[in-house]
Amino acid sequence: MADRRKEKSPYTEDRNIPGAFEGETVTRRRLMVGSVHAFGAMATAAIGLPALGFALGPVFERQRARWEDVGTPEDFVDFTYRPKVITVESGAGEVGKTTVYVRKHNEEVDGPVKDSYDDFVAISTRCMHLGCPVRYIDASQRFVCPCHGGVYDFVGKVSGGPPVRPLDRFYTRVRRGRLEIGPRYSVNSELRRFSPRDAGQPLDGIGQYLYPRRFTTPELD
Amino acid sequence: MPKLKLPNPIPDQLRPRPQRPGEGNGRKSTKDVVIESGRDAGISVVDWVDERTSLSGAARWTMFRKVPKGTNWFYTLGSATMFAFLSQAVTGVFLAMYYDPSPTRAYESTRHITNEVFLGEFVRGMHKWGATVMMVLIFLHMGRTFFFGAYKYPRELNWVVGVVLLVLTMIMSLTGYLLPFDQRSFWATIVADNINGTGPFLGPYLADFLRAGPEFGATTLARFYSIHMLLVPGAIAALIGVHLYLVAKLGTTAPPWVKAEEPEQLRTEKV
Ligand code: HEM
Ligand code: FES
Repeated sequence: MADRRKEKSPYTEDRNIPGAFEGETVTRRRLMVGSVHAFGAMATAAIGLPALGFALGPVFERQRARWEDVGTPEDFVDFTYRPKVITVESGAGEVGKTTVYVRKHNEEVDGPVKDSYDDFVAISTRCMHLGCPVRYIDASQRFVCPCHGGVYDFVGKVSGGPPVRPLDRFYTRVRRGRLEIGPRYSVNSELRRFSPRDAGQPLDGIGQYLYPRRFTTPELD
Repeated sequence: MPKLKLPNPIPDQLRPRPQRPGEGNGRKSTKDVVIESGRDAGISVVDWVDERTSLSGAARWTMFRKVPKGTNWFYTLGSATMFAFLSQAVTGVFLAMYYDPSPTRAYESTRHITNEVFLGEFVRGMHKWGATVMMVLIFLHMGRTFFFGAYKYPRELNWVVGVVLLVLTMIMSLTGYLLPFDQRSFWATIVADNINGTGPFLGPYLADFLRAGPEFGATTLARFYSIHMLLVPGAIAALIGVHLYLVAKLGTTAPPWVKAEEPEQLRTEKV
């Protein structure tokens, strides 16, 4: 065996390959095959990678926080919600709009005000089961989903049905005497804030690790 | 056994009349010359192509295969699925002539197809109901191959190709559902997207990919449209090619109730 290995010298010249050059270790045939493959791979990558990046780009694109004026602070009370329509995606027509339910912070049900984004409560209408639009029923002080019977209480916590976490909320702030609705955020069953998640993703216990923060999450300004 | 009389493939009027003695002095009438050269032209075109491509061999290889005893109507379910797909492809191409995948125009253009375009309701109906027909047929075909044991050696790979075809067909159903862009389409897609989002770790990013962003937006519809009409149909067409190649290569399975016939020799030896 050892002898055989010795036979295979790295130099083409020693291996009696016709047209070999002194000191050459790679035959011209191997060089050509290798470079044709390499160029083929480069050409494929030159077409494939941009196309892939083009399709995947939006996943990594951070969104800009948008704040939308919904009226004066006096328009809202703390014992019931007023529906407001805001735009969450521009350029999409009706589809980019969504309804939010807005009320004043109510210390009795909400506890102390957490920060400057907490003077008003703006509840998203996206059901946290699979995303159908919920409606607020004033008589029962409940949010009700038409799809699979999800029910939420006055602060948006789940009181029945399949939803996995309380209704999402929007940041609110008062600027120059106007109430503005900002980006959406998610909450767990103790109403702790998380970056916005999609419906169906629980945030209690292991859920917050199974469904990580997305790259598209906008930064508050 | 009396020989079966086959139906006459050429109408009598077109058949060259046999010449009577003395007629034409050995020359043919103009009509006969025209018929004959017409026939020859057809043959020589086919010959010309075949000489340069050898396609007739491939055609014979795919069409004239040995088929096991007991082959029955259930074996047509695969071809039925394929024709459902072809029907979807054809009607889809024509729907695309009127459909406009923009979030502000999609619903209106679908309404236009249904209510105003000549035969629009019919072609749209074919595409819409055909989608369901294809789903039903693909499952029946899958059931046939399963219950006949056709997934066993050496046809496992064809089963795997079939599973990929099934998933791709379902992707067609999902992405096509959004296109009419009415309330049902829209909310069903939101729900479907959120279901995709519930996959652990990668789910949230998959949902962002499908929507082209964190919310259902201006490009979501275009994205679904391009997946529905370009990406997946291309993949399905290519995989049907692979699927049928394997069917032609391996032959189809006999039904499980058909026992292999013992060779004559063995039978006599046993007695
Ligand atoms: C687009 C969808 C499909 C098309 C167009 C298609 C087409 C066909 C055709 C024409 C045949 C030969 C005739 C027959 O046995 O029916 C066939 C055979 C077969 N198909 Fe499919 N098929 C599709 C999906 C599937 C699926 C979902 C499966 C299973 C998961 C599958 C598994 C098989 C197998 C194992 C055979 C071989 C049958 C045998 O050897 O007897 N196919 N397919
Ligand atoms: S989407 Fe609301 S209960 Fe299912």
